[in-house]
Amino acid sequence: MHIIVCVKEIQDPEIPPSKFKLDEEAKRVIPPEGIPTVMSPYDEQAVELALRLRDEQGGKITLFTVGPESVSRIVKHGLAMGADEGIILEDKAFEGSDSFAVAYLLGKAIERIGNYDLILCGREAADWGEGLVGSLLAEALGLPLVTLAESVEVSGNRLHVKRVTLDGYQVFSVPIPAVVTVSNEVGRPRLPTGWGIISASQKSLPTWNAEEIEAEVSRLGAGAARKKFVKLFVPERKRTCEIIEGETVAEASAKLVKRMVESGMI
Amino acid sequence: MADFEGVLICGEFSEGHISTVTKELLRTGRTLGDQLKQPVSLLLVGQDVGDSAQEAIAHGADKVYLVKDNPFSKSLPERYLGIVIEVTKEVEPSIILFGHTDMGRDLAPRLAARLNAPVSLNCVELSLDPETHNLLQTKPVYGGNALAVWASVSEEPGVVTMRPRASTPAEPDVSREGHIIPVKTEVEGIQTKGELLETVKEEVKGIKLEEAKVIVAGGGGIGGREGFEMLGELARVLGGAVGITRVPRDEGWMPSSQEIGQTGHIVSPDLYIAVGISGAPQHLAGCSGAKKIVAINKDPQAHIFQEADIGIVGDYREVIPILIEQCRDRLKT
Repeated sequence: MHIIVCVKEIQDPEIPPSKFKLDEEAKRVIPPEGIPTVMSPYDEQAVELALRLRDEQGGKITLFTVGPESVSRIVKHGLAMGADEGIILEDKAFEGSDSFAVAYLLGKAIERIGNYDLILCGREAADWGEGLVGSLLAEALGLPLVTLAESVEVSGNRLHVKRVTLDGYQVFSVPIPAVVTVSNEVGRPRLPTGWGIISASQKSLPTWNAEEIEAEVSRLGAGAARKKFVKLFVPERKRTCEIIEGETVAEASAKLVKRMVESGMI
Repeated sequence: MADFEGVLICGEFSEGHISTVTKELLRTGRTLGDQLKQPVSLLLVGQDVGDSAQEAIAHGADKVYLVKDNPFSKSLPERYLGIVIEVTKEVEPSIILFGHTDMGRDLAPRLAARLNAPVSLNCVELSLDPETHNLLQTKPVYGGNALAVWASVSEEPGVVTMRPRASTPAEPDVSREGHIIPVKTEVEGIQTKGELLETVKEEVKGIKLEEAKVIVAGGGGIGGREGFEMLGELARVLGGAVGITRVPRDEGWMPSSQEIGQTGHIVSPDLYIAVGISGAPQHLAGCSGAKKIVAINKDPQAHIFQEADIGIVGDYREVIPILIEQCRDRLKT
């Protein structure tokens, strides 16, 4: 089984809100100093799901990512987790691409690979949270799609995909090949092993440009974007917190109940 | 290509009534429709819509398109997508709204791809550019640390999902008039590649999170399953429900169906008691609509104190039993 996983490099989403800074003028987030970028967590869970499937079914996992040379670090992380190969899509023409353009060029690169059974994407990137690329990729390639997957089982030449819903789950059966977007319910991704890190460091990562994947440049980059980015801002804080003090926790707790009753909260 | 005009809302209903999210969408859609001086239409797909269509008109719809088919939960997204595309051809709307629900978040990107249209998911506000009348879409980014605004520039209709609780339904006006239009689409002819094998609803005991007036929520600071029994007791005394953040779910202390936040339920109770919750924006995304937030945390530096109305610095193991006891006494009298 050949599984393709699309991954994205992002700023660490777990940084405390106090470290989050942005430049409103330039409409961009200022990367926090000294905190390395990471693979988007949902993508990491997609790699984990791919590894579980490969452990069970055999085969190979290829990672795809779009971006400048610096993204090789997160691809190496995926390889250290156990993925087999990584390919970086890089071209000046890709810069400023929206989700449609990213899905288009991933689709072109995947068509170049040709032989695959399953494409996994994280449900959304933990930075811009668009949640579009996986679905748009399925549409671009004309493949069946299941979103928000918790698990995938192979059943002959079909996949049984458990999709998480707000109050339960659904199970879909789709023919191979298919696109599946992966939700956090997959659980914790495995940590790279020492051997994984060593073997990943020895692997080279091919880089493909627009010409190599036969992508039409007019469909890529900021010029092709369907939405104009107007504004980026930190929402105003609506509340000011009154801290209830007391000699003891018990006293403060009692005061809290009194305040809640007086203000009609309970 | 024809001029696109009006707002089309892809509605959801159960047991003969439109959902709260659909009512919220009707309010937002009505506001946009009035500003554009264009009609607001609602699409309902299902077998027995009951009073849903009349309700939708009372909540602001000018036209309700009815398609007889299995509702989404029993049907395939591909099939529903085919229906929406057929109806879009007839209505030719300039704005298509979905709730950011199980259905909406799945369908909106696919629909946008088919219509070659711009799309934004999980918006918290929609407005019109005063000059161009382009649709301005505000949505949380970076896990809720910031908000971003995009403007539609394309000629094609804009597809949007709105986060639940981002607006409040209007008071229904039963004197409003509207048209109910049954649509015969060739639903049987819609090609589907996949198949839905089963739909399972996990029963949660007690009050639903979305309907609870009081929610007692616990995070990583609770430390284990046992602590949640204490929170459950407080919730029972206050007639509320228990919610969790991501950590208790990841640790397996509590089922994921109780998660509140970006990847779980979006709630707006009167009172939200956040216990042992650090206050990550991803969690706050799900509860910032609460009227009042009370924070209990032993770390005075916890970010939750920046986002709460009242706070108490202390170990929940000490605080909660007192809250349980005193609330029980006060609520008795």
